[in-house]
Amino acid sequence: MNDVREENLLEVQGVGMTFGGLMALGNLNFKVKRGTIKAIIGPNGAGKTTLFNVITGSFPPTEGKVRFNGQPIEHLKAHSIADRGISRTFQTMELFDNMTVLENVMLGCHTRFRASFIASGFQLPQSRRKEEQIQSRAMKILKFIGLDGKFNEPSDSLPLGEQKMLEIGRALASEPELICLDEPAAGLNETETHVASSLIKAINAKGTTVLLVEHDMKVVMNISDEIVVLNYGQRIAEGTPEEIRNNPKVIEAYLGSDD
Amino acid sequence: MLRFAKLPIAIFAVLIIIFPWVAREISAISHYTDIMVFAGIYSLITIGLSLLMGYAGQISIGHAAFFGIGAYISAILTVRYGLNPWLCMFIGMIIAAVVAILVGAPSLKLKGHYLAMATLAFGIIIYIIFNEEIEWTGGPDGMSGIPGLSLFGFEFDSVVSYFYLVWSFVFAAFIFTINIIQSGTGRALRAIHTSEPAASAMGVDISRFKIFVFVYSAILASVAGSLYAHYLNFINPSTFDLFFSIKLLIMIALGGMHNIWGAIIGAGLITFMSYEWLHYFEELEVIVYGAILLIITIFFPNGLVGVPGIIKDLVRR
Repeated sequence: MNDVREENLLEVQGVGMTFGGLMALGNLNFKVKRGTIKAIIGPNGAGKTTLFNVITGSFPPTEGKVRFNGQPIEHLKAHSIADRGISRTFQTMELFDNMTVLENVMLGCHTRFRASFIASGFQLPQSRRKEEQIQSRAMKILKFIGLDGKFNEPSDSLPLGEQKMLEIGRALASEPELICLDEPAAGLNETETHVASSLIKAINAKGTTVLLVEHDMKVVMNISDEIVVLNYGQRIAEGTPEEIRNNPKVIEAYLGSDD
Repeated sequence: MLRFAKLPIAIFAVLIIIFPWVAREISAISHYTDIMVFAGIYSLITIGLSLLMGYAGQISIGHAAFFGIGAYISAILTVRYGLNPWLCMFIGMIIAAVVAILVGAPSLKLKGHYLAMATLAFGIIIYIIFNEEIEWTGGPDGMSGIPGLSLFGFEFDSVVSYFYLVWSFVFAAFIFTINIIQSGTGRALRAIHTSEPAASAMGVDISRFKIFVFVYSAILASVAGSLYAHYLNFINPSTFDLFFSIKLLIMIALGGMHNIWGAIIGAGLITFMSYEWLHYFEELEVIVYGAILLIITIFFPNGLVGVPGIIKDLVRR
C-alpha cells in the first residue's frame, strides 16, 4: 500500500473518548512498531476494550488521531479499517454460530475476495473461481490453527478453547498487517493457554504485527515485545516486560498503594 | 457448507411443468392452475423476503407497497400512456429500487422493532397514496383494462400460459437467490444476521449489504406486482394493504424463513388457503391465520421446512 514503510505501523495520538460525561480514554499516546507484539494491560475498566473499539472503528474517538501506515483512520468505519489491514477478535466471542467452522474463516476472507452481487447471482465463472480460492485459503488457515479436522462442524459446537482459536483464524483470513486480539487467553485452561500463546507467536513470526489485550500476565510477559499499561483511561507506563514488571506505578495500579 | 441439493430443485421443476396437465384431467382441481399462478406471484415476493428476513435478519412489514408499486406502475403506464407492458415492468423495477433505497437507507440503520415500525409506516403511506391519488390510480375503485402480456407475437391469453410465464420468473428468481446465498454475498448476509460487530470487523460493509438485499426484495415484489396486474387486468388498493404485508410474513413463517424453500412452500399453502380451503371460515379467516402464526412460532420456529429435522431428532432419540 505505502511505498514508504513507516517504522510504526500504528500510532495512537492524543486519543480521548468520553461517553456522556464519562471519560473512558484520556489523551492516550502510544505506538506499535511494525512486526512486534504489543500488549495493553490494566485493571478492569481501564479502557482497554474501548481503545480496541476506537482503533478498529466501532466508534470514532471524541478527540485525537489514530494513524495506520501513516494514514489517519480514526474517521473510518469498521469495514474500511478492515480493508486497510486491521483485523480483530472480540472479548465476548462473536463467532457466526449459524455457520460452519470453515464458513467462519471464509467470511474472514471477505476483504480480499469480493464478488459482486450480480456476478454471484448469475454464478459467473469468476465468482465460482473466487469461491474456490476462498475455500482453499480458509482450509490453509484452519490447518495453521489446527482445526482443519473440524471444518464442517457448526462453530458453536466447538469447545471454548477451539472457538477462541477459530476467532483468531477468522481474523487472520483477511491477511491483516495488524491483528488486535481481545483477551485471547480468557477462560482457557493451562494447556489451551499454552497453545494460544504459541499460535500468537507463530502469527507474529509470519510478519503480522500483534496488538493484544490480556489479563493473563504469564502470557503477556512471555510473548510481548512491549507493554503499555492503562489505568482509568490513561497511560501510566510503557516499556518492555522487564521494565513493566518493576515499575512501581504499575504495581500500585494493580495492588493498590500502601497509604 | 451451505449448499442446495440440485435433485429437489429438478423434481420441483418437473412437478411444476406437469402441473397444468394433471390438473386439467381432474375436474375437482382443474381450477388449481389459476390459483397456482397467484401462488407463483406471491412466491416471487416471499423469495426476496426470505433473503431479507431469514438470511440477513432484517424485518419488513411493508412489502405490499413494493408489490403495489409494480402493479400500479404497470397499470398506469399501460392504461394511461399505452407503453409496452415489458417496458412498464422494467420501469416499475427501477422505481421500486429507487424507493427501496430512499426508504432503506435511513430505516435499515434501525434495529428490530424500530425497523418493523418504519417499514410498516412506509407500507401504510403507499397504501394511502394508492387510495387518494384518484387521478392516477383510480382511487378505491382501482384500475381496469390493463392489457395482457405478449412476447414475440405470442399472446399470454390463457391461464396455462400465465402459469408457465409466472413460474419461469419464480425459477429464475429462485436460482438467482440460491446463487447469492451460496456465494460470499450470502455469507456476508448471514454474518450480519448473527453479529454486526464481527461482520463489520471482517470488512463487511453492513449498510451496503442491507440496502442491497432490501432493494433486491423490492424489485422481486415489484415484478410480482406487474405480473399480477397483467394477469388480472384489474387492480385496486385493497390488494396492497397492511394485511397483505402481514400475510407475506405468515407465508415465510409457515414455510420457514431460514430456508429459501420455505418461501415457496409457505406462499403456496397460504395462497391455496385464502383462495380455496378457508372459504368456509369467511370473515373468520383472519383468526385461522393468527392461529397458524401462533402454532408455527411456538412449536415450529423453523417452519414446515424444519419439520423433517424435528422428526429426525425424535427418531434418533
